[in-house]
Amino acid sequence: MSQEKKKELKLINPRPKTLIDRPTHFCPGCHHGIIHRLVAEAIDYFEIRESAIGVASVGCSVFLYDYLATDVLEAPHGRACAVATGMKRAQPDKLIYTYQGDGDLAAIGTSEMIHSANRGELFTVVFVNNTNYGMTGGQMAPTTLLGQKTTTTPYGRDFKRDGYPIRMAELLANLEGVAFSARGAVNKPANVKRTRELIRRAFEAQLKGIGLGFVEVLSACPTDWGLSPLEAIKRVEQELIPYYPLGIFKDKKEPDHL
Amino acid sequence: MRKMKKLIKGNDAIAMAAIDAGCRFYFGYPITPQNDIPEYLARELPKVNGVFLQAESEIASINMILGVSASGKRAMTSSSGPGISLMQEGISYLAGSELPTVIVNIQRSGPGLGGISPSQGDYFQATRGGGHGDYRTPVLAPASVQEMWDLTFLAFDLADEYRTPVIILADAMLGQMKEPLEMKKPPNRKLPDKDWALTGCQGMAPKLLKSLYLGSRELEKHCWKLWQKYQVIIEKETRWEEFETESADLIVIGFGSSARISKTAVKQARAQGLKVGLFRPITLFPFPEKRLEELSKKVKAFLVVELNTGQMLEDVKISVGKEKPVYFYGRPPGADSLPMPVEILDQIREVYP
Repeated sequence: MSQEKKKELKLINPRPKTLIDRPTHFCPGCHHGIIHRLVAEAIDYFEIRESAIGVASVGCSVFLYDYLATDVLEAPHGRACAVATGMKRAQPDKLIYTYQGDGDLAAIGTSEMIHSANRGELFTVVFVNNTNYGMTGGQMAPTTLLGQKTTTTPYGRDFKRDGYPIRMAELLANLEGVAFSARGAVNKPANVKRTRELIRRAFEAQLKGIGLGFVEVLSACPTDWGLSPLEAIKRVEQELIPYYPLGIFKDKKEPDHL
Repeated sequence: MRKMKKLIKGNDAIAMAAIDAGCRFYFGYPITPQNDIPEYLARELPKVNGVFLQAESEIASINMILGVSASGKRAMTSSSGPGISLMQEGISYLAGSELPTVIVNIQRSGPGLGGISPSQGDYFQATRGGGHGDYRTPVLAPASVQEMWDLTFLAFDLADEYRTPVIILADAMLGQMKEPLEMKKPPNRKLPDKDWALTGCQGMAPKLLKSLYLGSRELEKHCWKLWQKYQVIIEKETRWEEFETESADLIVIGFGSSARISKTAVKQARAQGLKVGLFRPITLFPFPEKRLEELSKKVKAFLVVELNTGQMLEDVKISVGKEKPVYFYGRPPGADSLPMPVEILDQIREVYP
């Protein structure tokens, strides 16, 4: 390529400043990397990196601090929303966000999630749903689909024994304190684009002081699903999205006034 | 202007001292017999631009505290036995992440739902770490309303100086009773800057607070670092009270409420011509082991009095060795179980050497 030609090329999608340039520990085909980038892009978009503080959870998502260039506090399993509550109350001028998996948020941390949402806490929750406990080796999560085989549902999840997969985005949308609740996926470029917007909106809800911003992102977990990365992407489209529809379930335009 | 001496309830003394010590964040969940603390702070914290928040559980309370503490600000929670059990996970994370905070346990009786009468059954839980992992927390044991006030200031200072959660271990009796209180603030202690606090990374590299250490020998190093800190605390912060111990043949040992009741019994024994003294640990961790060892060379016997079946008793035995007899009078909690001084006096007469 000639020097002349090179000058004409423009980098249209540079690495976000908030995303640290290093290889991730995630398995091949895992969607955490993409979701991390979308969170970084949202923080860059609002130019809030230096006033943002992340709360990492327990699971594959714990190493958030290795990849996002903001202050980060590590919370106990399931407690990120309680920790974020304390942090936001102590520093209302800071941008607080949690990044949690489905075992963390929808099982052990359900209480903290629901009550933070109900109080309308002004922080942002990024919820990654890959329908199993990834880091501990693929056990059943509350989000595991009916019939899905995991290490603790070796014959498939049976609603008579294990109940039904929980739809957190819809559930939280019912609470008055939630300003924004949505579900996205990153299994194809069009969905990545939409999810980028959803995450941005979940941060906006906090910045505008409207209430809690929540975004659920469906994620592939090829290793624990026993699928190749490409097969895992197909599963997101064919099995996850039909049960976990994409879209916005709550979109409050302004804070409540007494 | 505020009157300097007032008749105050023990629980209120802690709440008032917390505000005077600069604590502006309280998170808690209702439980008897400590509700005066959240009720006082719900009323008073908003007046000083503080935050009072009733959490959905003690688990949430302690984790909200984690968030405030990581922000570099003073925070407190309070509860009683069952609630303190639920907080143990969070206390372990606070200790592991080296975050300062104050946790008040106005003990009620257990195990299980137990009862709401005064108890000292949480001694092991408080002094042995309480949660998972290899850590300790300083434990302060007040024995009067005045000390509920004084030790609250000390608790915040120790927490900030050593970057550790600190437990105030009182009980239903101390929390609910009223005594004259002199609201005197202790002199300001010089404390290190909280340059570790997460306040955003303006013009600097991002900061991280965590308790996960997966690298080769990282956690081992971290645990020894904590241990080193506890050695300094043992060296510098051990506190106790002695009453008539110099000429004593028998020393009664108790903490908090049990020491208070024992003190009356010791005075009565002295009036009867018995050479008896009282030793009262104020810090339960660090335990005044060295001083007890010294005293064991001079006295003939010890009598440990506790409102449980024998917990501090173990620390006393470790401290004094096997040469001098250590007797025990325990009154596990329950309705009407709090001993009268005369019952302790009877014990003193029975074991008096």
